[in-house]
Order: sequence, then C-alpha cells, then structure tokens
Amino acid sequence: MSDEKKPGLHSPLRRKLLMGMAALPAMSLLPRTSFAQAPATSAINTTGLAVTDTEVTVGILHSVTGTMAISETGSVQAEKLAIDQINAMGGVLGRKIKFIQEDGASDWPTFAEKAKKLLVNDKVAAIMGCWTSASRKAVLPVMEQYNGMLYYPTFYEGLEQSKNVIYTGQEATQQILAGLDWVSKTKNGKSFYLIGSDYIWPRTSMKIARKHIEGKLGGKVSGEEYFPLGHTQFNSVINKIKLTKPDVIYAAVVGGSNVAFYKQLKAAGIDLSKQTMLTISVTEDEIDGIGGENIAGAYACMKYFQSLDNPNNKEFVAAFKKMWGEKTVIGDVTQAAYLGPWLWKMTVEKAGSFDIDKIAPASAGIEFTKAPEGYVKVHPNHHLWSKARVGQAQLDGQFKVVYETPELIEPDPFPKGYQ
Amino acid sequence: MINSRFFNRSELLGFLSLLLLLAVILPLFLDVFRLNLVAKYLTYAFVALGLVMCWGYGGILSLGQGVFFGLGGYCMAMFLKLEASSVANTKIQSTPGIPDFMDWNQITSLPMFWKPFHSLTLTIIAILVVPTLLAFIIGAAMFKRRVGGVYFAIITQAIAAIATILIIGQQGYTGGINGMTDLRTLNGWDIRTDHAKVILYFFEVFVLFACIITAQFIRLTKLGRILVAMREQEDRVRFSGYSVANFKIFAFCAAAMFAAIGGAMFTLQIGFMSPSFVGIVPSIEMVIYTAVGGRMSIFGAVYGTLLVNYAKTMLSESFPELWLFGLGGLFIAVVLFFPNGLSGIWRDHVARHIDRLIAMRSSKSKKAWAIKSAADGAPAE
Repeated sequence: MSDEKKPGLHSPLRRKLLMGMAALPAMSLLPRTSFAQAPATSAINTTGLAVTDTEVTVGILHSVTGTMAISETGSVQAEKLAIDQINAMGGVLGRKIKFIQEDGASDWPTFAEKAKKLLVNDKVAAIMGCWTSASRKAVLPVMEQYNGMLYYPTFYEGLEQSKNVIYTGQEATQQILAGLDWVSKTKNGKSFYLIGSDYIWPRTSMKIARKHIEGKLGGKVSGEEYFPLGHTQFNSVINKIKLTKPDVIYAAVVGGSNVAFYKQLKAAGIDLSKQTMLTISVTEDEIDGIGGENIAGAYACMKYFQSLDNPNNKEFVAAFKKMWGEKTVIGDVTQAAYLGPWLWKMTVEKAGSFDIDKIAPASAGIEFTKAPEGYVKVHPNHHLWSKARVGQAQLDGQFKVVYETPELIEPDPFPKGYQ
Repeated sequence: MINSRFFNRSELLGFLSLLLLLAVILPLFLDVFRLNLVAKYLTYAFVALGLVMCWGYGGILSLGQGVFFGLGGYCMAMFLKLEASSVANTKIQSTPGIPDFMDWNQITSLPMFWKPFHSLTLTIIAILVVPTLLAFIIGAAMFKRRVGGVYFAIITQAIAAIATILIIGQQGYTGGINGMTDLRTLNGWDIRTDHAKVILYFFEVFVLFACIITAQFIRLTKLGRILVAMREQEDRVRFSGYSVANFKIFAFCAAAMFAAIGGAMFTLQIGFMSPSFVGIVPSIEMVIYTAVGGRMSIFGAVYGTLLVNYAKTMLSESFPELWLFGLGGLFIAVVLFFPNGLSGIWRDHVARHIDRLIAMRSSKSKKAWAIKSAADGAPAE
C-alpha cells in the first residue's frame, strides 16, 4: 500500500538537514555563477518549497468533478492560461511554473485533504484554488498550519482575513453597496425583495444589503427568503413577489437553482424588462445554463464582465478563447482566478523570494495594470481594490455594462455598521 | 489457547495480519501525511464493521449510516469547537466566546443543547448514546411494525436526506453547509501536530480492534446465531418464540454506535465535520466499502474500506478529471465478478491453498515425528 518512495525521510528535522545539505553545493557555486539570469535557489527559497534552479511548482485545487465542476472549470482554465503566459515571458525569478492539479470533487473535506497533500507532500509555493466559501473555510486552517499561500478567486461574504490567503474576488461590501446605490438612484428603487440560497454567503450579503437599504437608502425590505442549495421550486416566492410588488428583486440564488428560478419567473409572467431585478450571483457562466432569453433584462452587479471594453480585456478574451475554444464564456470569477498567478508572480519578484513569510507582507501594494478588469491593487488586508459594475443581461448571454463606479472601492472585510 | 476457540484458524490469520499491517507495517513505511490518510480511511472501517453486523449477519440493509457517523462526528466537533472558541480566540466577533458561525448568524448566546459539550465526559457519553438512541427510536418504530427489507433501506435513506437538510438549514446552530471547521485542541492538547496525528492513529487502531473483538464476540454468542437465522428465515425464528424485532433493533443500534465512534474519530483526525458525510451519497459509499470487502467478513470490511479509499485517493491524485470513472469501474467489477467481495476472493482462491499448505506441512512433520519416534523405539502413536 505504500506509495512513499523515500524511506528514511520521516522526521521533519532530518528533512531540513538533508535539504540544507542539498543546498550546500549550490552555495559554493554562488560567487562563480552570474546573477544576470536568476538568483540562486538557496537564497530565494529558505523554507524547502518545491523550487529548483529551473522550475517552481504551484498547486491548482478546484472541483473538476461533482456539482461545482461547472463553475470551477472556468477558474482552472484561467489559471492555466495565466501560468502559460507567465512561462512564455520567462517565468518567475527565472523559473518556469509547473503546476500540480488536484480535484476537490465538490467535497469540502476533500479540499482540505488535497490542500494538505499539496503543501506537505508536494511543497508547492502557492495554491490557486477553492471556489465556495465552504471549501475555503475547510482549507484555511490547513493553509495557516502549514504556512501556505492561497489565491482565492470568488466574490465572498467577507468577515475573514488571513496572512495565508489573497482574496482576488470582491468581499461583500465591494459588490453590494455600489449596486444598491445605483439601483436606488436610477431605478428609483424603494422596496426590495431579497431572495437567496441558504448558506453563509447569501445570508451575510443580504444582512449587509438590508442594513444599507434601511439605514442609508431609506428604503424598505418587503420580503426576505432563503432556499436550500439545489432548490428548484420557486413558485411560492414568485407568488409573494407578485402580491407585494417590490420595486427591486434582489437575488443571490446560486448554482443550478438559477435555471429554475429564472425560468419560473418568466413562466409566471414577470417580465424582467419591466420588473427591476438585480442579482449578485449570475455571471456569464450561469447564463450559459439559464439561457439568455430567460434572463434578458436583469441586472447583475459584478466587477468584471466579458464585454468590458478595454485593451487588456480584449487581449485576455482573445487569448482565453484561443486556448479553450470559441464557445467558452468568461465570468467574473474566471477573471479573478486569472489574476491569481499574476499577482503571485509580481509579489514573488517584489519580495525577491518564494518564502511565504516574505511574500505575505510584500503583497500589500502590488499593482497589476494589465488586469482584464482594469487596474487592480492589493490592499494590506490581502483583498483587492476593485471597481463595481452593473451589467444588463442580453439575449446572447452577454452583459451590457450600464454603470461603473468612478473610483476603485477599498476592500473592507469587516465592515463597521453592517455586522 | 483461548484464541483458537474465539477465532478459527483463518480468522486468527486475518486478525494477526491486520494487526501487523495497521500497527507495524503502515506506521513504519508511511510518512505522517499518508498515515493520517489511512487514519481517515479507518474511520469508515468502523461504519463498515457495523454494517457487517447489521447487514451481513442480520440482513438489515441500512442506507443511512452516514447519519450516525455524522452524529458522532458532530458531537465531537461541538466539544472541540467550543474549546477553539474561547473568548480570547474570538475577540473580533460581536459576541466573543461563541463559535464563529453562530456569530455570523446573529446568535448572541450559546444555545442550551450546546452547553453539555463543554465537558469531555459528557461529550463521550453523547457520542455513544445519542446515535444509539436515535437508532433505537428508528428501529423500534420500524421493526415493531415489521417494516423491513427494501422499505427499511428506503426509510433510512430518507432519514439521511432529512438529517442533511436539517443540518444545512439550521446553520446558526450547526455551521450549515460549511460544517464545523478550524478545530484545534482536545483539552488543551493540540491535535493538529504531526506528533498528535501519530498518537491519534494508534489510539484509533486500538479502538478499532476493540470494536472488531466486540463484533466477533457478538457473532459467536447465541445472539449472533439468531441474527444469522433471522437473515435466512425470519418467520421461523419468530415462530420459535424469539422477538425478531428486538434482535433487529439490537443489531441496528450496535451498527449505529460503531458508526458514531468512527465519526468521532474522523473529527479528531481531520479536525473537521461537515454535512457532506451525513447525506445519501456518503451513506451509500459506506455500504459499498462493506460490499467490496465482503459483507459477511469482519476483516474483509476493514480491508475493503482501506482498498476503496486508497484507490480513491490514488486515482484522484493521478487523474484529477477521470478518476470517478476508474472508481466506478472498480465497483462494477467487484459486484459482477466477486459478489462476496475481497473476503470471497480470499476464501475461494487463497485460503484453500494456504490450508493445503498447512495441512501438507503438518502431515509432513507428523510423519517425521513418527519416523523419529519409531527410531527411538517409542510407539508411533
């Protein structure tokens, strides 16, 4: 049963000693080798990560099987594209990136197990991965215990900050507040009906939305309902919506439930071009399943849409389609996943080291000007400064951008007054 | 020798080789990470062991063992979570001193049913009693009404679905779909260190063998024989004056208790409990482990669990996008070609040869002894 091919490497101390010994010859070479090409491995990797003179290994940890595969596949593709592009430019500190992909199988404990495998067995220098909050919560203790670095792409509920995670998606306030301000101003929205899937992200998001609506916008919440993940019967809530006639339906229904939700709305005669609908959980990926004709007219608040008109994004979309096929669509999270390897590369080069303890502080202030969403910057709290955008869903499954915040929004994972 | 009566020869062989494998070979040759994985696999072996008793011997197929596994695991997790949520650790929350997920869900004080889990003793009692009690209630309600067979399997499956929905829905009290994460210490002892993992592994192996011996003991008593009789001809047992329902309830409760012990071990080993172990899919998976190992064999169940989980880990590491097909193929192959699982293969193909070898050697040594004693002038038997 044993697959361990290195008997004798049992104690961590011994492993460290061996590694130190392995580094000795490299050190004796130091004065003679020129630094023009790449710095010596021993200097930039003092904690025994999988870094050689020519290669550095990172992990990709997403679900490629199970119910989340449909969402996470885009992230895997974006990360592979970024790694490819970085390698084509010469890699990180002169080292090509090699990746080890593991399958989280849409199962949170599996995520924890595989994260541990990547850190302990494979000694990866960073992990690009996780999607749902549940998987991140499962992986977080592992990252902190073994001192790894996770680049997490999904917009999420906030209330978290870790030395060992860089959150490349939006935290809740970045996504919610600007969208609500916009809808209240331009659509004169005063009453809101909140609908979400029943887990931590929609619940926290709705809590923030309710405080903002009632406290800042002077509106009212005419209903708030949650449904289990995978729920497909929305008729009762649709009837309530018809009775209460809210100005805005505010939705955070996730995954496959979306398909039933929008189809049933349409079947019930709610026309989204007349009834304002603002969602924070539908990207181009979801529309693929829902069908453009069922959701056309609804608004989504995200930081990225595939249709964004800027040179960075055009280049990114073209490269993505070239690598993964013309038919692929790119959603908000896919773009955020693409940022991960780039931010990591820049952080490593700024720190001049692969050591986690050096790149964690060096992350603050990293700027990426070539980001498809535009300019982004890493905040000292390990989240990104980003813009919020509102797009209107079109028949062809794309969004038309109708609003964009003028400035980058500061990430605030522990928002005062919204807890 | 007591053992020779408690275990017959091939069982003794199975017992010793399993002991050798788990207590000596694996710890010697695996690093801590892989050993921890084996520890995780073994937590399912408890469930499989329970299934051998209730399904293999008693003929009661339960597709809801995940519920009991989860209950045991959650009881343990609640204790660990409370310890990890000390006021000092949770300063940033609006209500310090309660688990983080309660704080996210606007709960401001610890619910009553959480309070007993401050005590380790009460927690251990809860791990053993709560799932058994639930099994008793289900069993009494079903078996007294003579609900059995497929109907019972369907009902246990429904219970698994209900339990998952309940846990996910009550996220303020249970952590919802995230489960309970970030468990750190057991009475101040850090369970996340490599050292702790090794100690927990040996503890688990010890408990597993205690359970194996208990299961074997039950099998050999009159009770065990009645269970088998019930499986073969339930009506005859009933007509002979036995209360079939009570025996079934007993087998089901014992299986539930084993599963709960496994669940508690799981939480300790992995530092984590989530509703993904409670639902229908994991419950059926647990039945598959037992089927692969051979549902009539106590040791087969343990080997089956190890084999399936090892295959799962290896296949998913080597073929992240295709591994489920490989695993599916394995199950189909086992069911098609080896309906009695690993233990069937062992019995039909391996054990026979071993028996013959032993018989040959003992007859040889007998002959040698006979010749020797003849030469000494002693009477040859």
